[in-house]
Amino acid sequence: MNSLPLLTLLVAIPLIAGGLCLFAKPQGARWIALVATLIDLAIGAYMWIAFNPDGPQWQFVEKIPIGAGVSWAMGIDGIALMLIVLTAFLMPICIVASWRSIQTRVPEYMASFMLMEALMLGAFAAQDLFLFYIFFEGCLIPMYLIIGIWGGVERIKASYKFFLYTFLGSVLMLIAMLYMVATAHTTSIPALMAYNFAPHVQVWLFFAFFASFAVKLPMWPVHTWLPDAHVQAPTAGSVILAGVLLKLGGYGFIRFSLPMFPEGSAQVIPFMFVLSGVAVIYTSLVALVQRDMKKLIAYSSVAHMAFVTFGLFAMNRQGIEGAIIVMLSHGLVSGALFLVVGVIYDRLHTREIVRFGGLADNMPGYALLFMVFTMASIGLPGTSGFVGEFLSLLGTYHASTWGAIAGTTGIILSASYMLWLYWRICFGAQRNADAAAMPDLSLREWWCLGPIALAVLWMGVYPESFLRPVRNDVGRLVTRLERVAPAGDSRPTLGEGAIHLGDHDHSGAGH
Amino acid sequence: MSRFAPLLPEIMLAVGGLVLMMLAAFTGRRGTALVSWLAVALLLAATVALIGPPSHAGPLFDGMVSADLFASFGKAVIFPSAAVAIIAAHGWFDRDREHASEYSVLIVFAAVGMAVMVSSTSLVSLYVGLELNSLAGYVLASYHRHDERSAEAGLKYFVLGALASGILLYGISLLYGFTGTTSFTGVAAAFGRGTPTLGLLFGLVFVLAGIAFKASAVPFHMWTPDVYEGAPTPVTTFFASAPKVASVLLGVRLCIEGLGPATDAWRQIVIFAALASIFLGAIAAYGQTNIKRLLAYSSINNVGFALIGLAAGDRQGVSSVLFYMTVYVVMTVGAFICVLWMRGEDGEPVESIPSLSGLSQRQPGFAAALAIFMFSLAGVPPLFGFWPKLLVFNAAVHAGYVTLAVAGILGAVIGAYYYLKIVKVMYMDEPAPAYSKVRAPVQGFIVLVAALAVSPLGYLFMGPLGSLSDRAAGTLF
Repeated sequence: MNSLPLLTLLVAIPLIAGGLCLFAKPQGARWIALVATLIDLAIGAYMWIAFNPDGPQWQFVEKIPIGAGVSWAMGIDGIALMLIVLTAFLMPICIVASWRSIQTRVPEYMASFMLMEALMLGAFAAQDLFLFYIFFEGCLIPMYLIIGIWGGVERIKASYKFFLYTFLGSVLMLIAMLYMVATAHTTSIPALMAYNFAPHVQVWLFFAFFASFAVKLPMWPVHTWLPDAHVQAPTAGSVILAGVLLKLGGYGFIRFSLPMFPEGSAQVIPFMFVLSGVAVIYTSLVALVQRDMKKLIAYSSVAHMAFVTFGLFAMNRQGIEGAIIVMLSHGLVSGALFLVVGVIYDRLHTREIVRFGGLADNMPGYALLFMVFTMASIGLPGTSGFVGEFLSLLGTYHASTWGAIAGTTGIILSASYMLWLYWRICFGAQRNADAAAMPDLSLREWWCLGPIALAVLWMGVYPESFLRPVRNDVGRLVTRLERVAPAGDSRPTLGEGAIHLGDHDHSGAGH
Repeated sequence: MSRFAPLLPEIMLAVGGLVLMMLAAFTGRRGTALVSWLAVALLLAATVALIGPPSHAGPLFDGMVSADLFASFGKAVIFPSAAVAIIAAHGWFDRDREHASEYSVLIVFAAVGMAVMVSSTSLVSLYVGLELNSLAGYVLASYHRHDERSAEAGLKYFVLGALASGILLYGISLLYGFTGTTSFTGVAAAFGRGTPTLGLLFGLVFVLAGIAFKASAVPFHMWTPDVYEGAPTPVTTFFASAPKVASVLLGVRLCIEGLGPATDAWRQIVIFAALASIFLGAIAAYGQTNIKRLLAYSSINNVGFALIGLAAGDRQGVSSVLFYMTVYVVMTVGAFICVLWMRGEDGEPVESIPSLSGLSQRQPGFAAALAIFMFSLAGVPPLFGFWPKLLVFNAAVHAGYVTLAVAGILGAVIGAYYYLKIVKVMYMDEPAPAYSKVRAPVQGFIVLVAALAVSPLGYLFMGPLGSLSDRAAGTLF
């Protein structure tokens, strides 16, 4: 379809830009990073347009053997495409968001972000098991540095916690990968997605991958690194962490756990539902009592990610499509919410909720955008959150009523903590003079938040643009999972119709 | 003459070393630079001389040594890293009034010993090679003879080393007594005749203990931190690289060729030593504040990973050991040259980790290089240090030792902590007083090459290095 190795370019451009940043002056590094991310965004947008949803599963395929059985194999399906577009979209926003707020060691900061982008895009595009692992794990290094160097007061502890938690999770996955390659004699991800491992092995393999993806996603109870990392990370770091890095976990479940170990996955459905149910209710309650805005949003991330696992392990079309939309929507919304927090943090250098109040008076534009993202986070119809959560819960309901009950409770709770947060920040009396004196959004901040707001509304009003590319891939996944998908406790059964008078004798025995 | 052609590298080094010793004796301190550059040239020439008969001739001198690809692979790693250890010492011994030029000569003799170690196929040549290397090592460890720590390191190394040699020799005598032969093939044949007798098993354990000492595998590692800390840093660079490779490779050849039929007997020992080294190396490094001690524990830790490959006991496992040691040497040498550059304002060497504080803001290139080595030693992808770890675990999984691999990997995570600590100190802490600048373009070049080799660019060499190590491993089976 095209001769340019687009995926390689996508990875190479930020890498080269990162190298250049190191040798540039602060202002130059900012511009280099912005231009590179915009080029990547353009390539991502082009691929979205050029991607043929009815074409072959894997498109833009490249393959160059490196040796030792590993090759530089790149290629994407619709799911990877959407996540790549999300990454490419959020990156320039992160750069713009850090334009002023990062003043120390700017070249290194921009270089870390560029490295980060290259590795994340590579992880989504990799078609070779070990190549994926290298990209997947590599993300730890720049994120460790971003949190540890430019983070808040407790940054060192948070950076260690982030690194060691996720490292431990992923090395177990590595062992499983070695076993898989030894058994299936291939490192190609598409081939492994069609390979049938022995069912009793699949459970072990599933848990090894689970160790990695559950930490990354994160799922309760291995989520504890996330609030720390978020609170200490600089704003743009939080955006990337919540917006894209967590999606690697969900992507991992879709790309590896479900298609490679269908039997193993099917056996752990109750387990996954229980974890997700606990996560959605417990972390929502925890979010309710937070005093730090960032921590609140971090906990809400964990709750939202539970909708991803609910949807995925429902193993039906609505559930999986819903999970993908939740991932995309959460990437935009939580990213935006962290930016929203960043806006007032830059002005007042505090994230304590009680320090603010009545911001709708002096920052009307800010209040408007904050409202949009709050509503999207709650899942108001017309925003992206609704589409994802609705589909995901619909799918869950087909598989498990109790799961759906837990999930819907979570939605109610999310409405409580988000609306309460919004109320405390934007409405009510203005308590502090310094908060009341804050100026409204600057043009730069509009440029950060405006595009995300538009995307959120677009996804809410016309989700077909985002569902179309993934439809066939989800279809393939559902077909693969058909033989193991749970029967569900809520299959609609045919009713008996109206009761006719005089039919009493037959109504019990008939039909 | 053609009988000696396969031994050309060793002959070159032995004769060249003697000539250099005379040169050093007659030129005194004026000849230091000349002697060391000649020694480097000699070692590099010996590396080139490995091409041809030294790699293919097979058993020589009634099975005393074997000139095969396995030995050549080891020598091709050992000779250049010995050369780097000489280059690392440039300018280091300037303050030492008496000795300087003998340093290079001792390293050349140690290299001869190591060459014999990796090619020995008999218990006698094994011992001779080991001792030749060790004797040079004892002298090198106490090379700063007016420095108490250096003298202590030398003495400690010598006493404990002599004890280990004794244990090794006792094991050799048992093996010889119960088999009637000293050649590896003969010993293997004796082990192949049914269940090994108690005497043979004792011999096996003692010999492995002696080799474990040289490779500083737990529980025979006690000397390592003290000697690494006390010895002059260029010497530590040397100890951590070439002799380590030589002893691990010696152990591999002995286990596979000499004790092959008794694999079940030595495998449990190797598994224990591997896991104990990994965990002790990782945990004991936790509280260290001296970077040389920390790297000493790191080297113990790394030997553990290499031994996992040996525990697999098949061709793939041996190949992964070779690969591992090669990459390990590159990372270690690079890291130690960085340590060499840690000098206080007066030019005196500094070894404390807190002095690295905020290095990334004072000397970004230096800090970046050290950070690359640390991340690579921790085995974090995308750095190349990840790949050899993957290979040894892969070999273990292939051989059916999944639990071993899982345990090793947990050790790797614990170990990651202290490598991260160094990166944290360099990148996240407030700047400490600056180091004085070291002008050493050749060392800088070596660090640059090493850093590039363990950066993701290293994956480009993965294919050739992998197939070479695989062919080298094949000569043992």
